Amino acid sequence: MLQETDTRRWQIEKKLSGDFVFKGLTVVFAFTILAILLLMVEEMHRESLPALAKFGWRFVTGREWDAVQSSFGALPFIWGSVISSVLALFLATPLSVGTALFITEIAPQRFGGVVSALVELLAAIPSVIYGLWGVLVMAPWLQQSVEPFLSERLGFIPVFQGTPYGVSMLAAVFILMIMVVPIITAITREVLLTVPQSQKEAAVALGATRWEMIRMTVLPYGRSGILGAVILGLGRAIGETMAVTMVIGNTPQISLSLLSPAYTMPSVIANEFAEASSKLHSSALMEIGLILLVVTLIINILARLLLWGVSRQRGRTP
Amino acid sequence: MSRLTFRHAKNGCMTFLMGVFTLAVLIPLILIFAHIVRMGISSISVDFFTQIPRPTGETGGGMANGMVGSALLIFLASCLGIPVGVFGAVYLAEYGGSRISTVIRFAADVLAGVPSIITGMVAYALLVVPMKGFSALAGAFALALIMIPIVLRTTEEQLKLVPVTLREASLALGVPLWRTTLKVTLRSALKGVMTGVLLAIARIAGETAPLLFTALGNQFWSGKLTEPIAAMPLQIFNFAISPYEDWHRLAWAGALVLVTVMFGLSLAARYFGRTKQSGL
Repeated sequence: MLQETDTRRWQIEKKLSGDFVFKGLTVVFAFTILAILLLMVEEMHRESLPALAKFGWRFVTGREWDAVQSSFGALPFIWGSVISSVLALFLATPLSVGTALFITEIAPQRFGGVVSALVELLAAIPSVIYGLWGVLVMAPWLQQSVEPFLSERLGFIPVFQGTPYGVSMLAAVFILMIMVVPIITAITREVLLTVPQSQKEAAVALGATRWEMIRMTVLPYGRSGILGAVILGLGRAIGETMAVTMVIGNTPQISLSLLSPAYTMPSVIANEFAEASSKLHSSALMEIGLILLVVTLIINILARLLLWGVSRQRGRTP
Repeated sequence: MSRLTFRHAKNGCMTFLMGVFTLAVLIPLILIFAHIVRMGISSISVDFFTQIPRPTGETGGGMANGMVGSALLIFLASCLGIPVGVFGAVYLAEYGGSRISTVIRFAADVLAGVPSIITGMVAYALLVVPMKGFSALAGAFALALIMIPIVLRTTEEQLKLVPVTLREASLALGVPLWRTTLKVTLRSALKGVMTGVLLAIARIAGETAPLLFTALGNQFWSGKLTEPIAAMPLQIFNFAISPYEDWHRLAWAGALVLVTVMFGLSLAARYFGRTKQSGL
């Protein structure tokens, strides 16, 4: 009998003890992460309900964006986001993978370390500063030298037709490329470092040149990790706001020409959200945000799955 | 040409190509950096640090209110973001079962990839609308959302590096688990935790998009946390897209200050975190 009450008291004390409280605290904070993610999706969805109800699927196919007439179609922004990010990735991928290979396989270790530290440092420059350089230095340069050349010599291709404005889809593609290259390079470098030395040595022992060694062992081994890095870069490019807003010209139109101004999903939010003229207007912008959120969530989930696979191969907990 | 010569030639070509790619990556980045330094140094002055922006048309002025505003926003965001990140990491490293930890870890990685403008919209819906106005608090909340996953992941990595024997020694002396965690595990990992915190601060110091419709920006000093507040990145943005030469100069000076602060933070982070940070 006596022993039983002792056990009970002991159990109560354990419940009130520091351990219990402390663990509870950490549980709450850890689950905050999940809560934030769910809250984001829920809030964005709730706020975009008016636009969802009014426009339905027409929202993503409509080309007209007119706040005065309360007619909202997001296709020009979706077009601008997709084209600018995909082209930027198309240019950035070979550059990043080449640089990562140079750092890990070709350069002497110390020199490679310097290059990779430089790349990582540059990945930390804020996007508004890339935008500042883009709008004050790169765009005037494009307008005066690159774009006139393209439209005069290659103007017969629709992609290079039109008046050179400087601020254009081309400027957005360039600035995005410059911004995602350090990110993809840094991650690809880490992926390439996981390739087992023994595999590389085996290839060399069979008489492979360095490039053949890279083709036969390094690239196949790192394939999924490199793909993860590129997809992560795509996520960054699609969500990139400030730098693109400053150089793309902010004109909601769908044009084949790279020389004409365009608009992206994050840019229109950045420009119009604080001064949205009506409830429907801000709701339409929220819906664009919701589309952006869902797309980047899918992209990031995909990229993380690929990259986690790599760190598991490396034999450590991710 | 023999087969072997061809293979060696191909090897040489590809090696050369990779070198060219590396140069192509580094040159624009170095150009940008050099331009910021050159324009920044020629535009910066004592006024820049002591004055607030002048009205259009007048020359001179500075970003003093933006610097103070940014510092305040970072401080407030840290008050919210660091505890959540660090204690969340303690759960993952010390308590969590493997499945639920994986889910939370994954959520943190995915959260880190959400575009920063979205966190601004969420902060707008959660704070600006109910409080009926743009405020420093909403801006700090948006920045904290960006900070949390960064602090969480770096802290967790650091906690895992603390040897189990250290914890066991403390527990064997009869110290309760929670005190062991606070006084032994976290303290041993303190340098690494600092690294994560500094990296997170470096990241949010330059964030502009989440502040556009939360902190909003302010031409003057702001007295209350419930009022719109100036921030350096916002000022750089507004001055850069303005048509005035004098404001462009202020933007360049601001960019130089911001980049210097960020590189300082990165160097400090490197100093604290001798163990290499993993981007995976």
